[in-house]
Amino acid sequence: MSQTATMTGPAPDTNTKVESGPRGPRPKPFFTPQKIIIYSILVFFTLYFLFPLYVMLVTSFKTMPEIRFGNIFALPSQISFDAWVKAWTSACTGLTCEGLAPGFWNSVKITIPSTIVSIFIAAVNGYALVNWRFKGSEIFFSILIFGSFIPYQVMLYPLVMITRELGIFGTLQAVILIHTIFGMPILTLLFRNYFASLPQELFKAARVDGAGFWRIFFEIMLPMSLPIFVVALILQVTGIWNDFLFGVVFAGTQNLPMTVQLNNIVNSAQGTPEYNVNMAATVLTGLVPLIIYFVSGKLFVRGVAAGAVKG
Amino acid sequence: MQTSVSIKDLSLNFGSVKVLEHLNLDIAKGEFIVLLGPSGCGKSTLLNCIAGLLDVSDGQIFINGKNVTWEEPKDRGIGMVFQSYALYPQMSVERNLSFGLRVAGMPKAEIDQRVKRASEILQIEPLLNRKPANLSGGQRQRVAIGRALVRDVDVFLFDEPLSNLDAKLRSDLRVEIKRLHQRLKNTMIYVTHDQIEALTLADRIAIMKNGVIQQLADPHTIYNKPVNLYVAGFVGSPSMNFIEGTLNGPTFNAADGTAIPVGTYDFVGATPGSTKAILGVRPEHIFVGEAAADMPFKTEAEIEIVEPMGSETLAWTTVAGVSVTFRCSSDIDIHAGDKIQVGFDIARGSLFDAGTEERL
Repeated sequence: MSQTATMTGPAPDTNTKVESGPRGPRPKPFFTPQKIIIYSILVFFTLYFLFPLYVMLVTSFKTMPEIRFGNIFALPSQISFDAWVKAWTSACTGLTCEGLAPGFWNSVKITIPSTIVSIFIAAVNGYALVNWRFKGSEIFFSILIFGSFIPYQVMLYPLVMITRELGIFGTLQAVILIHTIFGMPILTLLFRNYFASLPQELFKAARVDGAGFWRIFFEIMLPMSLPIFVVALILQVTGIWNDFLFGVVFAGTQNLPMTVQLNNIVNSAQGTPEYNVNMAATVLTGLVPLIIYFVSGKLFVRGVAAGAVKG
Repeated sequence: MQTSVSIKDLSLNFGSVKVLEHLNLDIAKGEFIVLLGPSGCGKSTLLNCIAGLLDVSDGQIFINGKNVTWEEPKDRGIGMVFQSYALYPQMSVERNLSFGLRVAGMPKAEIDQRVKRASEILQIEPLLNRKPANLSGGQRQRVAIGRALVRDVDVFLFDEPLSNLDAKLRSDLRVEIKRLHQRLKNTMIYVTHDQIEALTLADRIAIMKNGVIQQLADPHTIYNKPVNLYVAGFVGSPSMNFIEGTLNGPTFNAADGTAIPVGTYDFVGATPGSTKAILGVRPEHIFVGEAAADMPFKTEAEIEIVEPMGSETLAWTTVAGVSVTFRCSSDIDIHAGDKIQVGFDIARGSLFDAGTEERL
């Protein structure tokens, strides 16, 4: 039997494929050792990360008697939203018992301005560092990056004194200022690397066209930077929303963010711990970063990759 | 002759690296000048200095008699076209063209009129509403040229504008740039490393090496009377054949002893005495067969490789112990292994001092 198959003409009339030799796309069997290993690792880690979330959700829909029963992995026998309502409206956060709602709005009031201000300043920083090099710009950048290696706690007390001297300690402005300062190193790095990856000739062309610092920034650079803005947005919203330390120190008792109030609910020493309320409150607090991730996850990955091309 | 751009004693250093050194260049009004050189020779840097995108370390730049050394790019009366097109990706072609005018705060009616005129000249009217991403390379480069055109400037700066295009488009756009120059009669300064572009477009070519202009002359002079060995070797494809040896009066003795009479050669100065020298002959100044008979130097040689190029044929052989390329009509039937008569047209050759590498 001939081993060689002709390239042209109709396929030979044979009963078995084996005789006509390999043909068409190479077969891709699903159960190869590599695939089994890869998928089992993926499944394992997915469960590993999802399991606590599952327990939280399941528990939050149970009633206290059912929780006391002990089967923490079991589904609720009857779904009850009482714990969610209580967590949002009437759980005791320290002296008041108004639930998480005020904390949620405080967090919104902190997160929105902090995110906008810090991203805007960092974008201008990155743009200036790449396109408008000035004497000492590299040193300035190094110092800024150095700042991101110092633990926050070291700078906490000096910052308390500074905000006190400025007369804003214990106000919304103070937390916004602090978040803006601490967001600066990483965000500036992010924007600098992104702008450095854009073609320099665009900037030159705009200068020949007569555009100045702000015009080039707003009309040329910003419209090209959506992916990196999404990355910065996600980093800042999650970072600031999840922050506890700066909120508890600088915000003042009137403006405590959601994380601090969550802590007050969960760690209250009075009475029996209401696990269902605690779980519901925790999920509520984590909801905002979660939504942000789901909405913009794809852009996030693209933006991180875009920023990483040239450094 | 009225000067359009004048560069006086220009130097530029990046730290301790000297990119340009005491460079002088006068460009006449309406002249098409090409800065030609290999990458890293400082030609693009010089263009950026003229544009005002780089601050100079020393020296002055005049455009239309005005000292613009410290002026912003927009105030210099220049338009620039970049290799990567540098079109604003989020703007339509129309808005790309009008961006500079909008920045300058020009009335809408005049902007429209200028954009219309530029797009007519460059035949990009049907593209005005498209985004740059939806244009081909050639169309993008037209828009980039249009962006310089609408600003109605005196001096056009081109930074390797055709290097990103494929060969066919490149030659098409080359002709179009030449046509544009003939029509507009602006001063144009054009940077390239492509010698064909330089030879075909330029009124004068400035050949640069290590931040210094080696020769500034019209293409004919550059090609036929290169001032030094570097220029001779850089311009021409395939490049000039070089034979090392010694010059003894009217005879050039090649390294292997072959005597080549150079009595017909037109020396720059007085005929030098005995000196080490390099004889350069372009491939098209070597003749074969009957045409070789009239040449002052002829010899028998064996063809080693033949490259038919369609309109002409390139062939390799060995003369005076050196590998030599020559160009002949494709009608001449030659094959590898043939022994034929080759003759050098010494009068159109070049002689260089082996030490200084300057033309003799």
